[in-house]
Amino acid sequence: MVPAGASAAAAVLAAGFESIRETPVDRSERAPYCMMGVCFDCLAEIDGVANRQSCIIVVRPGMRINRQTRARAIDPKVQ
Amino acid sequence: MEHYDAIVIGGGLVGSAIAYGLVRARLRVVLLDEGDMAFRASRGNFGLVWVQSKGDGAPHYQRWTRLSADEWPALAAELEAKTGIAVGHQRPGGVHLCLSEAEIEARHAMMERMRVQSGNLGFDYRMLDRRELADLFPGVGPAVSGASWTPYDGHANPLNLLHALHQGFAENGGRHLPNSTVTEAGAAPGDFRIRHADGEISAPKVVLAAGLGNADLARHFGLSAPVKPLKGQILVTERARPVLPMPITTIRQTVEGSIMLGDSQEDAGFDTSQSPAVMQSIARRAVLSFPWLRDLQIVRAWAALRVMSPDGLPIYDQSERFPGAFTANSHSGVTLAGAHVNLFAPMVAAGKLEPALELLSAKRFDVSVAA
Repeated sequence: MVPAGASAAAAVLAAGFESIRETPVDRSERAPYCMMGVCFDCLAEIDGVANRQSCIIVVRPGMRINRQTRARAIDPKVQ
Repeated sequence: MEHYDAIVIGGGLVGSAIAYGLVRARLRVVLLDEGDMAFRASRGNFGLVWVQSKGDGAPHYQRWTRLSADEWPALAAELEAKTGIAVGHQRPGGVHLCLSEAEIEARHAMMERMRVQSGNLGFDYRMLDRRELADLFPGVGPAVSGASWTPYDGHANPLNLLHALHQGFAENGGRHLPNSTVTEAGAAPGDFRIRHADGEISAPKVVLAAGLGNADLARHFGLSAPVKPLKGQILVTERARPVLPMPITTIRQTVEGSIMLGDSQEDAGFDTSQSPAVMQSIARRAVLSFPWLRDLQIVRAWAALRVMSPDGLPIYDQSERFPGAFTANSHSGVTLAGAHVNLFAPMVAAGKLEPALELLSAKRFDVSVAA
């Protein structure tokens, strides 16, 4: 539980998770760090979209925050 | 006063490549760097190791570029073996996309000229139609009419390249002096004295590789380096899984997954600010080329100053008044790294530039001499 207006990253940390993603290059663990949108360590898949900076997104009830395990997949056929 | 075999002024991609080549030839070399106040064209580099667009109307430049690209695989392997740093070089060939029939015609004509001008070197290119492009690049946009392709093009990571060159330089006994702006320079044939903030150094050879800074430095050494800034802006997307099989002149995907978008040219003096209008035009052409780019977030963008000579070709010279003083300028520090390490540096070590570089001397800008 976090106060209204808290970030998705804060919610993840408050829930006791030790990491939020694996890096795309060598799959090492990362957790939110700067909490102000400049370090890109808090990247998570939020509501189906990958590479979202969870520290600058306000958490809402029902928001789906998923662990990002690889770089974002792009479907080139989608125009 | 510290004595060396060679002084290299400028620790960017050009200077560090030459310095690395010189220490490999067993010279004792000191590399001066200005620090954060310098114009630092190297930080702006896109990362293409590009051949197909270089040297239309200038076969000597086409040849120099080709030779450099051919040196690249060995250089990348050597740097990784020596320093442990992977520069991410790939050479799958490259394309230049055409977004209209007029663009295709102009590009085809240019490729033909390059082929004819290449003489014995040869120039292998193909014009790809929409169907062939769609096979190579799933998701190519409906606005794309065709492209030129050559097998010579590739790309690499410019930051890792700079790091590897510096590390290789240091590991081979090179001395790097950062934050050491040249405050005074004295020149005599084969005898150069440089004063910087923390001391004085001397050497029988000096190489000016200070990019835009060469314009001012050159006159102290009986050299001419008429280079001017040309601003370029770059956009970088979030990291995506590999989707582009080869680099495009204005779009490349890095090994880590980021997609870099360029290519702009603005004559804005020494101003390095970004501008939304230019960023929009880069993004617009990129999205026309690959509509799926529209959904990617831009995470980073910057502007930097290319080092541009009056005709866009490199400048290489040895001073006639002060033999032992050399100058090197180019706006393709990544592409020409192969040549700078493996071809130019040995010429400096030997004390003589080879005839292949005569047409790239700054004398070509002196109309009375050229006539």
